[in-house]
Amino acid sequence: MPTKEEVFEKVQEALMDALGVDDDEVTPEATMVGDLGAESIDFLDIVFRLEKAFEIEIPRSELFPEDILTNAEYVQDGKVTADGVEELKKRMPFADLSKFEANPVVQDFGNLLTVNDLCRYVETKVGA
Amino acid sequence: MRWFWIDRFVEFESGRRAVAIKNISLVEEQMDGYGPWLPLMPATLIIEGLAQTGGLLVGEHNAFQERVVLAKVGKAVFHRPAMAGDTLTYTIIIESIQADGAICKGTSHIGDQLHAEVDLVFAHLDERFLGVDQFEPADFLRLLRLLRIYEVGRTESDEPLKIPDHLLQAEQEECSTFD
Repeated sequence: MPTKEEVFEKVQEALMDALGVDDDEVTPEATMVGDLGAESIDFLDIVFRLEKAFEIEIPRSELFPEDILTNAEYVQDGKVTADGVEELKKRMPFADLSKFEANPVVQDFGNLLTVNDLCRYVETKVGA
Repeated sequence: MRWFWIDRFVEFESGRRAVAIKNISLVEEQMDGYGPWLPLMPATLIIEGLAQTGGLLVGEHNAFQERVVLAKVGKAVFHRPAMAGDTLTYTIIIESIQADGAICKGTSHIGDQLHAEVDLVFAHLDERFLGVDQFEPADFLRLLRLLRIYEVGRTESDEPLKIPDHLLQAEQEECSTFD
């Protein structure tokens, strides 16, 4: 079972390879989209590398809750409702959604995922 | 100018791996202007050839019902130049294929020598790209036949690869318009 440090190192390596960034750019607080420049196609590459590095399966909806973000029940006027945020928290217990909760604009969701969120997700999968 | 950067498939294992060849000839247009008196095969067109090999391999996995596009070149390393008279052997291995795209590893060899290594990511165009058609079906089938996919192609259970019905149908419809 890998330690938290080992998980971070492997996640860091996967992000460096997929995004062409340096190790000093991949800090725990760095956002995938804003700081590291990840685009939607990069996530396909990142998910593949993480699955290979940790021998886990990553169902797309666990990292990208598109079904919640596009559900009329949970989104109104471009913002996620309180119920919607609760659903997101349930689906993604590894993510720190406090910033998003303060201003839950749907468009911003993708931009808030950090390296730390990704590490914590992997930790839940590998039991670290 | 035609945009076929591979000449034919020599191996085709559905959903897994394909090998295609590209013969470089001094008469080709791209050998003329790339460098004065230095006719090299441009690396970009080698990547394109690998992408065509991979794109058709990935596309065939879903019987060419998905629109496959090259989305990302993760790495491209060239170990030596490619010159007129060389035959480039492109090998693509699918590492992962999902609903939204595929990840492939590509290599090019000149004889036994490793010439290039290119990592490719393909995407399937989704419903955001309605109405974007890549190929006219009957024309596309002609291309696949030209590239010998159905002559050398094998399914995952090692049976001969069959042409998808929708392409055969398009071909037959086109033939029925001839006098």
